[in-house]
Amino acid sequence: MSWLTDPWHFTFMQHAFLAIILVGIICGAIGVFVILRGYSFLGDALSHAIFPGVVITFILGGNFLVGALIAAVIISTLIGVVSQSGRINNDTAIGVLFAGSFALGVALMSLQSGYVRDLNSFLFGSILGVSRDDLVITAIVGLVVLVGLAMFRREITLISFDRVFARSTGLNLWVFDQLFLLLLALAIVVSLQTVGNVLVLAMLVTPAASARMLTDNLRRMIALSSTIGALSGLVGLYISYYRGVPSGAAVVLTATAVFGMLFLFAPRNGVVTARVRQRIHYSHPEDDVRVVPDKPQA
Amino acid sequence: MSSLPPVLTCHNLAVHYDNRSALRDVNLEIKRGQITALLGPNGAGKSTLLKVLAGMIPPSHGAAKFEGEELSGPHANITYVPQRSDVDWTFPISVLECTLLGLAGSRSRWKPFSRHDKAVAMQALKDVRMDHLAQAQIDALSGGQQQRVFLARALLNNGDVLLLDEPFTGVDVPTQDMLVDLLTELKSRGTAIVYATHDLAQAARTADYAVLLNGDIVAEGSPHDIFQQDVLLRTFGGSVISVESLREVAAS
Ligand SMILES: Nc1ncnc2c1ncn2[C@@H]1O[C@H](COP(=O)(O)OP(=O)(O)OP(=O)(O)O)[C@@H](O)[C@H]1O
Ligand SMILES: [Mg+2]
Repeated sequence: MSWLTDPWHFTFMQHAFLAIILVGIICGAIGVFVILRGYSFLGDALSHAIFPGVVITFILGGNFLVGALIAAVIISTLIGVVSQSGRINNDTAIGVLFAGSFALGVALMSLQSGYVRDLNSFLFGSILGVSRDDLVITAIVGLVVLVGLAMFRREITLISFDRVFARSTGLNLWVFDQLFLLLLALAIVVSLQTVGNVLVLAMLVTPAASARMLTDNLRRMIALSSTIGALSGLVGLYISYYRGVPSGAAVVLTATAVFGMLFLFAPRNGVVTARVRQRIHYSHPEDDVRVVPDKPQA
Repeated sequence: MSSLPPVLTCHNLAVHYDNRSALRDVNLEIKRGQITALLGPNGAGKSTLLKVLAGMIPPSHGAAKFEGEELSGPHANITYVPQRSDVDWTFPISVLECTLLGLAGSRSRWKPFSRHDKAVAMQALKDVRMDHLAQAQIDALSGGQQQRVFLARALLNNGDVLLLDEPFTGVDVPTQDMLVDLLTELKSRGTAIVYATHDLAQAARTADYAVLLNGDIVAEGSPHDIFQQDVLLRTFGGSVISVESLREVAAS
């Protein structure tokens, strides 16, 4: 069993494990709303749009998380402002700003020699370089995201599935859309170092999609998504440690494998499971029908 | 009843979307204890008018007033029931949770809903005969059941005015009957009810007052008085309607 504990003898691995577990929990929780609102593109775009902030902190010196956070706030506000004009829809606003801002990052980077290695770590993460400070920032920002989600759970739920009613109760949709965008941006920023820009989307959508296969209950879905995210991170990191696969890729592949299994074999909703149930119940089809009577039975 | 001042009024109200006019010259009085039906073809401005009355769209000209005070936004005593198509019904939430969200605005954001809140929501679901499905997911509901959940959520608010956008559309007869019973019950308690519909016969049976809309108000009055061939032709254009049968329904 020493293979389980071996990696924990190194401080950098302890940091890596803690970081990936935190990221799994944070992204798993907010990812539920990302998939329910169909916001995958937004998640991907935000992660790229943060790039210039990272480059600027590199040029000026300082913790790159701080630069990324500032960039995230600016970008999410800009998306809100542009999409509010009415003529340009949300998706377009996101596309324009994400590409423009990523290009700005690339241009800024070209002014700087010797940045290639760091670009690589931005794109694919550098989980072995997580410092104690990074961990503290990740934990604080993660707490902000989770508390934000918990505090505004009803508003965020309502604007996710019934916007017209939400507005009729006096809820300011723009404010809560912005708030959600900001929380999402924060979650993405703290994930960049562990999984990198290219794969952060997977931490947002894959565990949440797995959780969706398991439950119809929103609260349970958030708990499951966070758990699956954290466990995928843990398992992926072991694989990375022993097999030399890049950590981000190992973590995401683990999460993807979990999703694949659940997609096929989830107890109730798996594609194969549903088929088998159908077969078993074929001689008694009435057992398998979910009866939703219109009136209570007498 | 008729001596009471109107609860909602429109004064020379107009709404433009991007310079295109959706509503103009709307003057209207909505009274307590009365069911008002808004009728008109697609694009007539029914939904727009309901949203103005709900304080969700500011009028481009004129004003909507609640008890004499100009509406500047949604009002706690005005409840709006959206069109069913406005909702993402695949969202993983149960009927009871969905209903409880009707209370969200007035409850502490720190605490879960109290046992009392849940009892109130269950009672509302019972009123629309949906209590046996309280734990069902909203994606498992039929159109009529969805409408009932909407209504239950609106009942929690206990407002003076209830605005409904096409509550009878795509709903079976038992649900329609239940809806009519419920609206009649609310009306007898003094609630002002306004709903949009395409169904003239339904309006003739249910409404005390009908407003025929096509950008502006073509006619208003009791269904029996205004459901006339020429008026309906002016509102709806060339569609064929059996006016006599409608008036019989209205008279009965
Ligand atoms: N958000 C909007 N932006 C631009 N135009 C709009 C908007 N909402 C409605 N309109 C326009 O305003 C007019 C009135 O629309 P409204 O939805 O109020 O009609 P309606 O009577 O409810 O129609 P329906 O019977 O189809 O529901 C239509 O011409 C419509 O195209
Ligand atoms: Mg409409």
